[in-house]
Amino acid sequence: MSIHTHDDGSDVILEARDVVKSFGPLKVLDSVSMTVQRQEVVVMIGPSGSGKTTFLRCLNHLERIDSGSVEVLGESVGYKESKGGLVEDTPRVVARRRRKIGFVFQRFNLFPHLSALENVAVAPIKVLGISKDQAREEARELLARVGLSDKEDNRPRALSGGQQQRVAIARALAMKPALMLFDEPTSALDPEMVGEVISVMGELAADGMTMVVVTHEMGFARSAADRLVMFDRGRILEQGPPESLFTNAEHERTRAFLSILGS
Amino acid sequence: MHSLLQAAQGQPTFDWGFFVDAVIHPSGPFLTGLWRTVYISVLAQALGVIGGLGIALMRRSRFPVLGWIGGVYVWAIRGTPLLVQLVIVYNGLAATGIYRFSDLTLGSVTLLGVIQAAIITLAVNESAYMSEIIRASLDSVDDGQTEAAKALGMSPAVAMRTVILPQATRIVIPPLGNEFNLMMKSTSLLSVIGVQEMFLTAQSINSATFKTFEIFMAVAAYYLLLTTIWSVVQAWLERKFGDPATPTQRVSMRERLLGGPARLPLTKAVHG
Repeated sequence: MSIHTHDDGSDVILEARDVVKSFGPLKVLDSVSMTVQRQEVVVMIGPSGSGKTTFLRCLNHLERIDSGSVEVLGESVGYKESKGGLVEDTPRVVARRRRKIGFVFQRFNLFPHLSALENVAVAPIKVLGISKDQAREEARELLARVGLSDKEDNRPRALSGGQQQRVAIARALAMKPALMLFDEPTSALDPEMVGEVISVMGELAADGMTMVVVTHEMGFARSAADRLVMFDRGRILEQGPPESLFTNAEHERTRAFLSILGS
Repeated sequence: MHSLLQAAQGQPTFDWGFFVDAVIHPSGPFLTGLWRTVYISVLAQALGVIGGLGIALMRRSRFPVLGWIGGVYVWAIRGTPLLVQLVIVYNGLAATGIYRFSDLTLGSVTLLGVIQAAIITLAVNESAYMSEIIRASLDSVDDGQTEAAKALGMSPAVAMRTVILPQATRIVIPPLGNEFNLMMKSTSLLSVIGVQEMFLTAQSINSATFKTFEIFMAVAAYYLLLTTIWSVVQAWLERKFGDPATPTQRVSMRERLLGGPARLPLTKAVHG
């Protein structure tokens, strides 16, 4: 049992402890721990292959972990303790845990057979069981919030990459998550579309959403992040407020990495 | 009698009058046979799609034993002739006393035992083929779709219904159309267990008239009519439910019926 209280007044949203993950012989996560407070915005950076995306995917059990634990709102994600060991939860239980965790993918992964509005409304209808009218009403509000009121009826293929990613953010928000995870949300975008997505994310952060973001957009890190976490070789090398890492990072690797990003 | 004599004397004859009459004014039994061909095909194909979906889902199950059962089913059914399966199900089961198909009356409709056996066997056979088609279609839906559905808290069943199946359906439709074309032609095998469908009806007309060539040309014309009508329906289905994400080049009606442009494979062969 954790010492934190985990009703909605809790301050700890995410607690990952000693997460270890290997792909075959390759250890991608070597005992990574992270605690995220309510309304905190954490930006994870690091060279490719450093484990940041894998760690993010472990947080909502898109990847299994070898050992350690992930708790969101005080509930274990993906595993339960049984006879002293960890046992993977059934897909239905995992699905329930994921309701409070929004995830935004690098490649959007919108549902191509549904309109923008239906993409946003489908999970509340099918997962939460709320009425179609109410779900569509809320979806309209969310699309307005990401500036896409005029695209409600468009299929994803009729939208630009930036628009698709904003729909994807609205789709995740429709589940009223307590935590939003972003996996390189602007990496697949043409440069001129990065800004519109970053600005939506910035507004979300300003509204108090708890966020864990993997990104190379240092402008976003500087303006929105409370904490910058540097990954290297499957470990957290160092972390701290963005300004302190930008100006006097402890490790040479961090300084080198940040200078490559051209911040 | 005149033309029979001619035929007996080795002079080629084709009784056009008989052929045209058989096509334009089909007899009552012939029309009954045609109707049976149609509804047996439709029912068997529909059940085959449902069965195929079931097998495909078993083969993707996270429980290995279900996948194994599905695999054995496909192996056994695809590895044996439909003709043999028909005889086993209808005659074989009855002969050993395991199960005898008897007529079934629902309200005013009576379904003959032999037709039940026919529909079930065709459906069982078709399920094996459909399961492979459906499995390939499910696999062709991008993994990112499954991940997005999961990330939204959808259970595997909900993800399958709302995200994966609708996308797979679009991919299934063209091969499904071909399967139904084959199905209509396969019903001619039902004559072996004594289903009075179009082919067997023609055989009895033949034994009464000895107009073998004429009557089977008429039968061929009717199968051709069925498959041609189906080609039109299939084209409509593909337009209506086809995948808008992959803009398939429109297949012209001429190409559907007569096959692809003849020069293309020839050039390929030359260069290949």
